[in-house]
Amino acid sequence: MEKTLVVIPAYNEAGNIARVIGEIRKQNEPLDILIINDGSSDATPEIASASGAAVISLPFNMGYGSALQTGYKYALREGYDHVVQMDADGQHDPQYLGHFLREIVKKDSDVLIGSRFLSGPCYKISWARKVGMGVFSGISSLILGQRVTDSTSGYQCLNREVLGFFVNDIYPCDYPDADVLIMLHLAGFRIKEIPVVMRANNENKTMHSGIRPLYYVFKMFLSIFVTLLRKRPSTRGRGPCS
Amino acid sequence: MFIRQQVVAITIAVIIFITIIELVRRRKLKEEYSWLWLVTGGGLFVFAVWSDLLKAVTRFIGAGISTSTIFFFGIIFLIVLNLYFSIVISSFANQIKNLGQELALLKKKVQK
Repeated sequence: MEKTLVVIPAYNEAGNIARVIGEIRKQNEPLDILIINDGSSDATPEIASASGAAVISLPFNMGYGSALQTGYKYALREGYDHVVQMDADGQHDPQYLGHFLREIVKKDSDVLIGSRFLSGPCYKISWARKVGMGVFSGISSLILGQRVTDSTSGYQCLNREVLGFFVNDIYPCDYPDADVLIMLHLAGFRIKEIPVVMRANNENKTMHSGIRPLYYVFKMFLSIFVTLLRKRPSTRGRGPCS
Repeated sequence: MFIRQQVVAITIAVIIFITIIELVRRRKLKEEYSWLWLVTGGGLFVFAVWSDLLKAVTRFIGAGISTSTIFFFGIIFLIVLNLYFSIVISSFANQIKNLGQELALLKKKVQK
């Protein structure tokens, strides 16, 4: 029986985390839940622990990518075969966990991306985000040579080989998105999208507020550009290094 | 270059050089971060002693007067120094991230 871990980075999500864990438990799938408390100042770790999830608390706020990477390191060391990563704000509907698990065991892909745009146009976002997501999905599609509809989706399932790749210092600490997909493709990993429905999130609370979108766009273009300039990483078949 | 200017420039270069060596000797500054300052002090000393070289460089970069050349290289030095520190900080940030993650993972293991 293959072991799966759900990794959820959480920063000040005391209002959502119990509901998210409860919804995952209701799916009755054979998986463990790990909350990475990214330096929350509220009761997120206590609530998560009381809800039955394992909790790892980072000593200070380290960013979304670093929190996720901590989960990957834990999964590798504890012998998990797959990781499903989800957001703590409830945007990612746990009813699709079963789809991920059934798809990843087929072994025809290393990374599964839950795409909110494969399931229809019902996901509502601002026009600015739509343009940004369209641009990065277009660039990803061009480089990967396959259609990528949702390169910014954080609802993903990764196999153990990908975890071994991600625990290196190449993994970005802030916003792992289209640049990481391109990195995975260049390293020879197989990427596949599956349709999911996502709930609308509070855009004021996420990375899409203030001047962060500008930084995000700049960083993503730079990251994609230098990823293409770098020597292709040879990673397939390499064991975990951490 | 007037003799008085030359004496001031040589004195400053020597003070920079001695200060850096002393900081390294007292272990207040690591050897790997001292090289840029030593190169700067050395450069200043060479220009102060060999004023014809400063004039030649001024002509080469197309500056009008020697003081412009000194300011030009001063700004270049500050840019290089900032870039160097950014590289060092990036490396530290990565190390701190790894340490923080290890601490959290080990804490979890101990709690088990």
